[in-house]
Amino acid sequence: MDKITRNFAIGLILLIILAPLGLLAVGETFGEWGPEEVKEKLGFVPPGLEHLSGLWSAPLPDYAMPGSGDSMTVAAGAYILSAVLGVLICGGLLYFIGKKVAKD
Amino acid sequence: MHIPDGYLGPYTYIAMWIIMIPIWYYAGKKLSTELRSKQVPLLALAAAFSFVIMMFNVPIPGGSTGHAVGGAIIGIVLGPWAAIIAISVALVLQALMFGDGGITAIAANCFNMAVVMPFVAYYVYRAISANTEITSSRRVIASAVAGWLSLTTAAAFTGFEFGIQPLLHHTAEGVPLYMPYSLNVTVPAMILEHVLGFGILEALVTALIFAYIQRTDTTILYGEKIAAQKKSKKSATIA
Repeated sequence: MDKITRNFAIGLILLIILAPLGLLAVGETFGEWGPEEVKEKLGFVPPGLEHLSGLWSAPLPDYAMPGSGDSMTVAAGAYILSAVLGVLICGGLLYFIGKKVAKD
Repeated sequence: MHIPDGYLGPYTYIAMWIIMIPIWYYAGKKLSTELRSKQVPLLALAAAFSFVIMMFNVPIPGGSTGHAVGGAIIGIVLGPWAAIIAISVALVLQALMFGDGGITAIAANCFNMAVVMPFVAYYVYRAISANTEITSSRRVIASAVAGWLSLTTAAAFTGFEFGIQPLLHHTAEGVPLYMPYSLNVTVPAMILEHVLGFGILEALVTALIFAYIQRTDTTILYGEKIAAQKKSKKSATIA
């Protein structure tokens, strides 16, 4: 592995460790409200939105363990675990595909 | 900027899939003909980096939170076509496993963050850099502007996709079926928070990594490979 790749990988590991900082930001994101938040804003939930919003149940919704309560430590742990999974799956998949298709 | 399920009606999300399938196909084809083994670790790191950087939510005044995407620096380093693949992989995983972005909206989210963003970033960077030396500080500024403008443009596209929903889908009484806010709300909201907030973060991330590459190994940069090839071709014709 050349130097720059190694240093990028080290940087990435640091980012994973620091990832729980991303949990500190509280607030809403425009256009990413849940159906309940939309109801608070408008007084109703658009029927199509209500219907489609429950379409998919992700195994780790919002990078958290479902039903693990409000503990910040658990949330931080789950966040780091999510980052590790994301890095391993994204990186692993592209490394594998890349090695298969790459020239020389 | 991850559009959840339920915000885009079928006209929009199906149209986005129809747009994205040939783009993914072409990007994949290009990757398989152009990728060199030396770049493989970088490609893998790019996807992983994009995944993690999007987890860094930051608050901005006004009570909103958001994040950088990493799409600009990936577009500049790997070239926009390889960036499409790297960022799309991260976005698909975020949707399927973590519910970040809807599954019906995967194509729309990939279009905004994995196509618009690296392309805008790459060409803005090239335009501002012009013929300056690869190590010039003008290129650091070029990368920062590319980060800022590309995230803002991606946000504007997202705002547009949101804002056309009340026009496309409503009941006979005019009740919206999906995203309830129209263009006059969604576009300014998306642009403003990215121009003044998350775009600045993306600019910093882009410039920081770019400046590091300048000091370490500029041969990994996509444009440089092309410039080097052109140069060697030129000298070959002269010889």
